[in-house]
Amino acid sequence: MTELTPSPQRLAYLRRRQRRARLIRAWQIALLVALLGLWELSTRLGWSDGFLISSPSRMLATVAKLWREGQLWHHIGTSVLETVVGFTAGTALGTLIAVCMWWSDTLSRILDPYLVVLNALPKTALGPIFIVWMGAGMGSIITMTLAISLIVTILNMYQGFRGTDPEKIRLMRTLGASRGQILRLLVFPANYATLLATLKVNVGLSWVGVIMGEFLVSRSGLGYLIVYGSQVFNMDLVMASVLILAIAAVIMYRLVLWVEKYLNHLLGVMQ
Amino acid sequence: MIIELQNAAATYQAPDGEVEALRDVSFGVEEGEFCSIVGPSGCGKSTLLGAIAGLEHLSSGSVRVDGQEVTAPTSRIGLMPQRDQLFEWRSIWDNVTLGLQVMGQNTPERQKHVRELLERYDLGDFSRKKPGQLSGGMRQRCALIRTLATDPRILLLDEPFSALDYQTRLSVSSDIYRIIREQHKTALLVTHDISEAISMSDRVIVLSRRPAVVKDIIDMGALKSLPPLDRRDSPAFSGYFNLIWKELDLHD
Repeated sequence: MTELTPSPQRLAYLRRRQRRARLIRAWQIALLVALLGLWELSTRLGWSDGFLISSPSRMLATVAKLWREGQLWHHIGTSVLETVVGFTAGTALGTLIAVCMWWSDTLSRILDPYLVVLNALPKTALGPIFIVWMGAGMGSIITMTLAISLIVTILNMYQGFRGTDPEKIRLMRTLGASRGQILRLLVFPANYATLLATLKVNVGLSWVGVIMGEFLVSRSGLGYLIVYGSQVFNMDLVMASVLILAIAAVIMYRLVLWVEKYLNHLLGVMQ
Repeated sequence: MIIELQNAAATYQAPDGEVEALRDVSFGVEEGEFCSIVGPSGCGKSTLLGAIAGLEHLSSGSVRVDGQEVTAPTSRIGLMPQRDQLFEWRSIWDNVTLGLQVMGQNTPERQKHVRELLERYDLGDFSRKKPGQLSGGMRQRCALIRTLATDPRILLLDEPFSALDYQTRLSVSSDIYRIIREQHKTALLVTHDISEAISMSDRVIVLSRRPAVVKDIIDMGALKSLPPLDRRDSPAFSGYFNLIWKELDLHD
């Protein structure tokens, strides 16, 4: 509730809140500056070996060099594209399979042990198989991300679908609704939040798949830069790539949150 | 008789055995009548309602609605489910027209009818709101209008007020009773609340423990002419209460 003239207590409370928020932000920035400063200083003063641990200035120089050579966007673009394709395909395909399983209880029972095994299996173990089958390229990398995100998506979405209120299904049935209508008008919209939550998990998993895949095969991408850098013992390149990767992942997550907010607004979903 | 059950029996199969839900249930409901079914919890009331709605199959006996044997859900019957079951992601308007949408009858005339119902029962200003923005009583009226939208002749009320607190429950049941009477619908209410059954119905059908048989059918006599809240104040009320309580034989 907002009043036209807030009470002095209210004003004091708001001031305290704001001061606290500022203090927290100040500490966050100070911590970052201190860490980077210490890192930089330690290599400059010879406390540690800049060749092994790199340093903020050397990382920046490496990023600038990549930029000048026109490689920066190429590598970022490759990884981002693979990730976006990976989580989109993983979420869509997984949801589709979950729909099929919701539709046919028999199918879901048949698939159950396979899902249990595939879920328990560390998917990265499948990487070399994909490479042999699909060759070294984007195909294997995207398959890798799919393998990582697909099973989780199926399990999450199916569990969500199964959790639909049986009373609501009963209501739909008395209205004479077909199975397709129950899916379209009830089960799917009721699990909209599950879908978005799964999508967000898949964004993270997709990055894991992409970097893992690029470690194994690729000729471009941030994962490739990291692995290449370590092979030629260019730690500046490794550290710089990790930094770029962190920034790219955060930006993508922010974008996904923004898309979610936009969709919520579009569909009139209340928070 | 608009609803007629003859020797209805239902047994369903579960992994750990057969469950005999209904043994021998026979009763009829007149057009325009308000009947309640009371029984101990788990006595097969839901199965009975499901059979009348055409959702569950009897193992023997028959359910007729309007003289026709019920085998599948029909638009002559509308269900008001436990709790209101409004879809939170839909607006009130989209909720109350759900049935029309499912049946492919979302026509201007039908919509006009629904709009009139919303106006008449003080929900006209809320049609763009979400269920979460409405009070418990308003949500129940929406649930009833959703049922009325497809213009069924018979309303099945499956413990619709069980999730409401006592105060709300009294006023909501009185609201719903008035609307059902005004719309001249036949109603069959399943409840485990004896006072609710007495305050709303013309006749109360008492079921036994599972497997259910009809123990007694009690006519509410002079109470029938009173609205629900007045019935609770009537001297005859406690007499009916004790009668049904004994019939239910809950304690042992």
